[in-house]
Amino acid sequence: MLVVDDVRVTFGDTAALDGASLEVGTDEIVAILGPSGCGKSTLLRAIAGLQPIDSGRVSFDGEDLSTLPPHRRGFGLMFQDYALFPHRSVGRNVRFGLEMQDTPAATADARVAEVLEMVGLTGWQPRPIDGLSGGEAQRVALARTLAPRPRLVLLDEPLGSLDRLLRDRLVSEIRQILTRASTPAIYVTHDHDEAERVSDRTLIMRAGRIVATGTLSEIRAASTDPWVQDFVEIQGSDSKGSR
Amino acid sequence: MKAVAGRSLLVAIPTLFLGYFFVYPVASILVEASTGEGGLEFLLTRSTGRALWFTLWQASASTALTLLAAFPLTWALSTFQFPWRRAVMALVTVPFVLPSVVVASAFIALGLRDSVAAILVAHVFFNVSVVVRTVTTVWARLDPSPVEAARTLGASPFAAFRRVTLPLLAPSIAAASSIVFLLCFTSFGIVLLLGGLRLRTIEVEIYQRVTTFLDLPAAGALALVQLVGIVAVMTVYARSQERRSRRLHLRAEERVLRRPRGNEAIWLWSIVTISVALTLVPPAVLVARSLGSRAAGWRFLADPGPLAIDPGAAIANSLQSALIAALIALAVGVPAAIVVARSAPTWGRWIDVVMMLPLGTSAVTIGLGFLVALDRPIDLRTAPIIVPIAHALVAIPFVVRAVLPTIRSIRTVLRDAASVLGASPARVWREVDLPLMARAIGVAGGFAAAVSLGEFGATAFIVRPGTATVPTLIYRLLGRPGAVTFSGAMAMSVILMVMVAGIVMSLDRLRAGELGAF
Repeated sequence: MLVVDDVRVTFGDTAALDGASLEVGTDEIVAILGPSGCGKSTLLRAIAGLQPIDSGRVSFDGEDLSTLPPHRRGFGLMFQDYALFPHRSVGRNVRFGLEMQDTPAATADARVAEVLEMVGLTGWQPRPIDGLSGGEAQRVALARTLAPRPRLVLLDEPLGSLDRLLRDRLVSEIRQILTRASTPAIYVTHDHDEAERVSDRTLIMRAGRIVATGTLSEIRAASTDPWVQDFVEIQGSDSKGSR
Repeated sequence: MKAVAGRSLLVAIPTLFLGYFFVYPVASILVEASTGEGGLEFLLTRSTGRALWFTLWQASASTALTLLAAFPLTWALSTFQFPWRRAVMALVTVPFVLPSVVVASAFIALGLRDSVAAILVAHVFFNVSVVVRTVTTVWARLDPSPVEAARTLGASPFAAFRRVTLPLLAPSIAAASSIVFLLCFTSFGIVLLLGGLRLRTIEVEIYQRVTTFLDLPAAGALALVQLVGIVAVMTVYARSQERRSRRLHLRAEERVLRRPRGNEAIWLWSIVTISVALTLVPPAVLVARSLGSRAAGWRFLADPGPLAIDPGAAIANSLQSALIAALIALAVGVPAAIVVARSAPTWGRWIDVVMMLPLGTSAVTIGLGFLVALDRPIDLRTAPIIVPIAHALVAIPFVVRAVLPTIRSIRTVLRDAASVLGASPARVWREVDLPLMARAIGVAGGFAAAVSLGEFGATAFIVRPGTATVPTLIYRLLGRPGAVTFSGAMAMSVILMVMVAGIVMSLDRLRAGELGAF
């Protein structure tokens, strides 16, 4: 179980994370929903270890991770613009994490084939990266994230740059794939619909902290905060800048 | 920790190398100039004034003429998509990498010597490619919509060019001009060989003071004057880079270039044909002269007779120096480029300028500095390694130039991705940075080797009878009377040209787009 406790990150005088706290259970898929600039991406980077934290604590299964560098955390992070390695083919991108674990070649090959099949790209190993469409790149990135069997998957607006139609289809696929891999996951988005469909539970984030948790209808029923009420009312529409 | 140790090593390698082989020798020159007898007084003599005046005005004139000569081709390459465009681009780069003694030999063969015109034309021939490449990399990718907007607002094509395109290009034109000015300001081989006894730049004057009069204080004082001028030009260059960092909206060339319409095709092909022809004339003349009188030049090289020269040994020396110099230049230049790329913008820019200093400080100053300073703690002046070290020093700025844009273009998020997937910092470097930089490193290494093959100014000071390189041999041959030795010099120049061209051609297979752009 992941525990984020009162984490603070400041850039200059602005606090990107201002006492953010959350917990993610063993088999849980959690969505973090919030307007642009509320600190969602910073929170993911802090959990992954890419963003040093000023104070607070990040721990997993009771182990304090706060000083552990990103490459020893065993988490998977899927980047907003996928960050595929341009000098490696599809297969060698997916294989990267396995190579870092010194997985024997045969085992790694089998695992690459398995995850590529999982994302619907069976046999795409030799293809180069630069010919991929947005949706294909997104699948490769997901496969690459899952291949080394991370103990927690972090997804940073993974569908952000795709068109509506494709997003609708991929949201349910991602949910299926994550459930099948049975890894806990944190899915960051600014889209209510995506959050609701992909996750078991949604956290609402505002100005660097988590302000509500539950399914959207639970939050709507329970919250007394007028901002949260307002925010969850904007059903399905992109809520850019509505801070 | 490991990461910190790695970073200190990155800073330490260039600092120590440049400290001992550049700063220390240059500082020694300055000490020599200010404490040695008659050093500073020498600056007030008439001959210094003449050399300074000639240096300044020929550099300004060369730069202006180069800009004029480069404009038509730059326009054509930045506006039109046409067959052989890449090949034309590659071909016009060739003069820039040709050794100065080769170019000088060609102009002597053309009968142009002992005149200001010869010097200016040779400088233009050399440097047109600097302007063409530096400006084209921006102009050919400039978003056309601001010009289109200007046209719909009532601007004529000329007005749109003057008020929209030109201001956007100004920083790269300024950068190219300062580099050209610097190269002409410190021009050595060309002026020494084409200027006769009368025309001297400060650079040549320094050389004469040392070799003819053994007057180190005077030479040091001249080097000091030269250094002041160089720092001034470098400051202009740094400023232009600063303004260039204001982001231009650049697009892919394919989206900007268009096919010529109507009689534009006539203009385009006339410009291309003339430029290509002018580029090819000097090399062609060299080949022709070396083959004249039943290949007298080549027969001379095969059997130099009573002259104590050994062409084979010179070629071997040059190749060996080139290899070692390239390795040293990479070992120093690549870490330096990484440091520049990773520093905060303000610091990075200044380190960048410092790295460029050897380029400006002129080969002759480097050679002189070695002569003055490198006898302590051990006497390196007679060690054979000194030649490739001097060459590496001249090549380092080019290595930094070639590698830096690639390092900057590697997105941080790729490193993050590798890191999250379990790669340690060292592993990230090996799996992400290194493969993405490999091509640029290859290009830089090849370019450093080409610079070394042609290097003349520094070598002229430190060369020993046993370590003569091809350029110093050509210089010796040109200095001797007789048609046969002259043909021999031509043949030797052809050999050097082929060696350099071989390297450049293999670089082109690495698709060296960034070569020679500043």
